[in-house]
Amino acid sequence: MTVLIAIALTLVLAGGVAVVFSDDPQRQAVTLSVYGMLMTLLFFLLAAPDVALSQVVVGTVLVPLMVMLTIRKIRGHR
Amino acid sequence: MSRGLRAVVLGVGVAGVGVVLVLAFLGMPHFGTSHHPYRDLAVPAAVQHGTANVVSSVNFDQRAIDTLGEETILFGSVLAVAALLRPAKNEEKKREAGDRVPFQATRMLGYVLMPTTLVVGIDVVVHGHVTPGGGFQGGVVLATGLHLLYVAGQYRSMEKLRPMPLVETSEAAGTAAFAALGFAGIGVTGSFLANLLPFGSFGQLLSAGAVPLFNVAVGLAVASGCVVMLAKFFEQVFLVEKEGDGG
Repeated sequence: MTVLIAIALTLVLAGGVAVVFSDDPQRQAVTLSVYGMLMTLLFFLLAAPDVALSQVVVGTVLVPLMVMLTIRKIRGHR
Repeated sequence: MSRGLRAVVLGVGVAGVGVVLVLAFLGMPHFGTSHHPYRDLAVPAAVQHGTANVVSSVNFDQRAIDTLGEETILFGSVLAVAALLRPAKNEEKKREAGDRVPFQATRMLGYVLMPTTLVVGIDVVVHGHVTPGGGFQGGVVLATGLHLLYVAGQYRSMEKLRPMPLVETSEAAGTAAFAALGFAGIGVTGSFLANLLPFGSFGQLLSAGAVPLFNVAVGLAVASGCVVMLAKFFEQVFLVEKEGDGG
């Protein structure tokens, strides 16, 4: 279990770095979504299924969707 | 405020939060030990009230007042989104909400997953006191499920499935129901948000007293709230500036 948690933590770290270093906001929305999925995995391994459930819907779907729609709106103005 | 001063204020703030966080982390019990003072109090309290999902018991029974606060924050956020994203005077709705038609496989996936996700969402809300989940998680799943129709390229059908006046009303109704349950607690037992219903038998659908009712109220409020927020974002995407009205 400790090994799994260590792997998940490393993945979350890598995911966070990937989000920060994504230059294009549109790509960033996608990496953010992947990052949300990695966080879900971590919460699940830490025996927090309730939090994992919130994370999977909010972090991988809702927030990236809002970001994508916002970007579309902004680009449409140009 | 000048740029330099702003940087100083930010620096002080970040450093302050950093120090407080480090101090808090140092004071926490170590990771992975068997010392859990909160668990030792919360789990027996949840079992006593016939709530199998301890998290739900904490959210809607032991610390329901905190959840009422969160509920209010969500309500405020939805209101703020609705206020900020209202159409400007020089904008009008574009007739074509038409997107490019997505791949057949994507459409198929959307059609299959939409009803499935809605059923899962309802299940997560209704069984929130027995299994992991609850009103918040289930509510967001429900809102997400509805938007799979958009993924399937059926924006108009999605619009028809969520008549805005109804969704706006149910958002308010869900939030009000939470508060009403709280006041009912005063009426019956004398304390706000008290668990006023019989606790039933542990692990059954009808157990945990008022917790399932709280879950349904929150589920309604969260699902509607998310739908309203996303609807405002979609509306913005389909808005265009009127001809000759630069700006």
